[in-house]
Order: sequence, then structure tokens, then C-alpha cells
Amino acid sequence: MSAVPGAIGPGDLQGTAARRRNERLVKAMLMGAAILSVLISAGIVVSLIFEALAFLGEITIDQLFAPGWFPRRGMFSIPTVLAGTLIVSAIAMLLAAPIGLLSAIYLAEYASHRVRSVLKPILEILAGIPSVVLGFFALVWIGPNIVQTFFDAPTPFSLAAAGIGVGILTIPLVASVSEDAMRAVPTGLREASYGLGARRLTTSLRVVVPAAVSGIVAAMILAISRAVGETMVVAVAAGATSGSLFTVDPTSQGTTLTAAMAALATGSDQVVGDGAAFLSLFFLGFILFLMTLGLNVLGDVFVRRTRQRY
Amino acid sequence: MASTPQSVVRPVIQGQLGRTRPDIAGMVFSAILLLSLLFSLAIIGILLGDQLTRAMPVFIERGTDFLTSPLSSNPANAGVAQGIVGTALLATLVALIAFPIGILTAVYLEEYAGANALTRFIDINIRNLAGVPSVVYGLLGLAIFVTAFATLGIGNGRNVLTGGLTLAVLILPLVIITSAEAIRSVPTTLREGGFGLGASRWQVVRGLVLPAAVPGILTGTVLALARALGETAPLIVVGAVLGSFSTGGSIAELLTGPYTALPVIVYDWARKPQEEFRALTSAAIIVLLVVTFVINAVAVILRNRYDRRW
Repeated sequence: MSAVPGAIGPGDLQGTAARRRNERLVKAMLMGAAILSVLISAGIVVSLIFEALAFLGEITIDQLFAPGWFPRRGMFSIPTVLAGTLIVSAIAMLLAAPIGLLSAIYLAEYASHRVRSVLKPILEILAGIPSVVLGFFALVWIGPNIVQTFFDAPTPFSLAAAGIGVGILTIPLVASVSEDAMRAVPTGLREASYGLGARRLTTSLRVVVPAAVSGIVAAMILAISRAVGETMVVAVAAGATSGSLFTVDPTSQGTTLTAAMAALATGSDQVVGDGAAFLSLFFLGFILFLMTLGLNVLGDVFVRRTRQRY
Repeated sequence: MASTPQSVVRPVIQGQLGRTRPDIAGMVFSAILLLSLLFSLAIIGILLGDQLTRAMPVFIERGTDFLTSPLSSNPANAGVAQGIVGTALLATLVALIAFPIGILTAVYLEEYAGANALTRFIDINIRNLAGVPSVVYGLLGLAIFVTAFATLGIGNGRNVLTGGLTLAVLILPLVIITSAEAIRSVPTTLREGGFGLGASRWQVVRGLVLPAAVPGILTGTVLALARALGETAPLIVVGAVLGSFSTGGSIAELLTGPYTALPVIVYDWARKPQEEFRALTSAAIIVLLVVTFVINAVAVILRNRYDRRW
């Protein structure tokens, strides 16, 4: 190594100085791009917190518990928007949880490869429909034909119509996450079950679904998060664009966290510049951000649990 | 035991094992599973049928005039031309901003980043960003991009540039996640071959990994683009115009003046009380669906054309 002429040492394999400099430059550039995503998160959190605090500085606490959500009249009832969000998400999950889960069992356990390649795109198409389109559909079709016919709602606008629309939008999410979870269940478990003489029904419900339960729970949690954050369906189909009194009746018009935000950003409630009504947009956004973040982190915990199991 | 001859036992056991009891519960269950999957198909069918029936009169009466007319408060001559221009501009901006940053970030995470705390943090951060509701990205755009542009004196900040930036940031996590998956699926042996020939890391990435991952990256990014173009909520928060406006048509005005997009027009018209706007809304929905379906179809074609198995 020391003085043998013509021997190759580690230094010769390092490449030229220019080459190493280029490599470092490229790495720094790529890292910069990655850091950008962190900056975006920071931007979201900072802009929400600052404006939300500014909002709290403008109002008194009892305004947050007014009898209704009427931002232009200084009534910022948080229970009203939370109740609306809860009703819409609950209705959405009542629809999306069973339909999505059963679709997933079919795709993962029953469908042959060919049938699956034909049926799976149905869910992909459904997932690709813009939410504002589903909102209009909820208003002109689901509202009159389902909610008004079967539940006697006074107008086509209702929290129930919006909930059904949001539910339709969340079916693909429930189905795809649950299907992934069931496909991750090792074939050995199914074979053992068949070997004991169990039929497909028993194998699916007693073996595969319990083994995939973490992933299925994760699918439901992520779907709730999606339903809570869904904006346009509710903004179009739930009515009550100028504000709403506190209500827990799904057949009545109402507002949600997201619908109230859309109303604040547009139309009759459009508020430019400062003022509590404008700032309340950020306050609602902050609450929404915290809710969905909490649900997503929880969902992630369950997703990771499925991965570790086998 | 020995007293029973085999010739007697065998047919009994064979009869028991070979018995075909009709599996009624199983058949009912698989029918329910299939039905729940077909529920989604039925929804798509009803939605398309309903919207097409409503939109038909507009297309028959107006023909391409509907596509080339500007917005108007008079339903008889209102068209979606400005929405098509806006959506095309937004698509270009989103592709120019989100694709390079997203792909570079994915390259960093998959090829360069060490397994350390920073990498894990960036990774978790990106996955959480993917779950943030789209309307919250609107608030980020409003608080940061619109404010920055207004401070710089580029109009009032409510222009297609800030809209495009907001949508780009919105789909960035999706672009990163799908690109990272595509890069991860490139076999390690390919990289090792490159390193063995003396290529530097960047040469391996540029010459071997990225070309091999291109089909997956393209499919993922194009699907993300389709998702961005269907978004409404962030655009109304960052100030896409609801209602009609006129533009001079110069490039500067196109980029810094008022703008709208197809889904925003759908939302605006869906809120209007006049019955005539109902048909127009459906017509705009059909145009929007055609645009998103065409982009999705491009992604599927890319996937099928370049899909390769290692």
C-alpha cells in the first residue's frame, strides 16, 4: 500500500473533486425539495394558529356558544357547526362503512383475477368524480328522490342529502384500504381454514376479516377524517348558506365546519379584509385541521399495526 | 373397531366427505357482496344518466357555443370558455410546479436519504400532509400566496398564479408518495449494476432508476393532476371568481387578472336559484367530467403501455 508503484488505493476510487462536488450539489438540491414539504406543513400550522388566535382576540367566548352560526351577526356557535359535521359524517359512515367493507371482501376474497380487473375500476371511477359534482347530484337527485321521499324533508337541501353524498365519495377509500388489509393476510391462514373444512363464507368472516381488523379499523378512521373534511358536497347540498341555528335534525338544512368555511369564502357571506367573520374562517380551519390530523395519526397507528403483525 | 370391515367404512366416509350440501348462506353472502360493489356502479350510472338528461337540452340548443361563450348572468348565453381556459392554465401551473418538486423529493427520500430521524420526520410529515382536507390548503394559499402576491403588487393576489400554487401544494404529497412507490419498485440489482460500472449516485439515478420508474411516476402524477383539476374548495378560498367577469385577453391579464375554473363554475351555477341555471350546471358538469375522465384515461393508457414487471 505504501509505495508500490501502480497500486490502486482508496483515494483513486473517490473520483475527481469535480465529480464529488457535483454529487454534493445534487444531494443538497434534492434535500431542499424534501425540506419544502416540511415548510408547507409549517406554513399551514403557522397561518392557521396566528389567524385563529387573532379571531379569539376579536370576540368574547360566549359568542362561540351563541344559538346559531351567523358570522355576519357575530354569532359563531361552534356547537352548531360541530353538530352538523357529526351528523353528516355519521350518515356518510352508515353508508360507506358497510358498502365499502363488503365491496372490499368481494374484491379480496371472492373475485377471480379477471372479475376483479373488471370491477375494481368502478371504485376508481367513483373516486375520480369531483366532489362538487357529487354535491350537485346530492342536491338535485338524492335530496328530492331519497331524503324527501323517504324521510319527509321539507326542502331538497338537507344534512342527510349531504351525508349520503359524502358517504358515496368515501366508499372507494373504505374499500381500497380494507382490501389492502385483507390481501395482506397470509394465504396460509386461508388454506388452514379450508383444510379444516370451512367454506369461503366462514373463512372470509371468521379468519380473514378478524386477521385484517386493524387495517379495517384504519380504513374507517381515515374515511371519517375524509368525511369531516369534505367541503363541496356539504356546501352545495346542505343549504343554510347564510348561517344556521343549532340543529340535530338530519332532514333540516344545516351547516358544518367545512360548509361554513365555503360560505365564508364566497357569496353572501363574502367578507373581505379583517373583521371577526373573515378571521373565523381560519378558526374553523384550525379546528378542522386538528380533527383530521388526530384521526389520520390514529388511522396510521392502526395501519402500521397490520404491517407488523405478519 | 377392527370388527367393521373396510369395505363397509369406506363408502360411508366417502359419502360424508363428498356430500354436496347446497351452501345457501354462502350464495346469499356472495350475492350481497356483489350487490354492494354494484351499488357503486349503479350510483355512477344514475349520476351520469341524470346529469346527461339535464344537460342534453343545453348541448342541443347551444352546441359548441356553450363551450366558447364567456360567463354571463343571463343563462341564455352563459358559457364555460373562461373555465376551460382557467382549468388549462391551472393544469399547466400545477404540472410545472408540483411534478418536478414532487419527483425530486421522492428521489431524495428513496435514493439519498439515510435512515435517520430527519428522513422519518419528512416521511411522516408528507403522509400527514396527504390527509389534510383540501379546504385547509385554500387557507394556506390565502394566508401566504395571496398575501405575498398582493404585497408584491401583482394585482390583488387573487389570480391564477396563486390558485395554481395552492393546487400544486395540495397535490404535492400525492405526487411524492406515488413517485416514491414507483422508484422503490425499481430492482436494486439495476442500481448495483450501475455502481459496479463506476457510475456516481446521481448518474445511476438519472440514467437507470428514473427511466425505469417513469411509467409509474407518470401514472401517479397524471392521476394527481386529475384530482387537482376537480378541486373546488381551495380555489374559492383563494379567490377564484364566482359570477361573471371579463378579461382583456393579454397574457399578463390572464395570469394576474380575475380567473375561474370549471369546478368553480359548477359550484357558482349550482347555487343560483333560477331554474335555467340547473341545466347549465349539468352541462358544465359534463364538460368537467369529460376533462377529468380524459386525464384519467391518459394515466391508465400510460400504465398499460409502459407497465413492466421485474
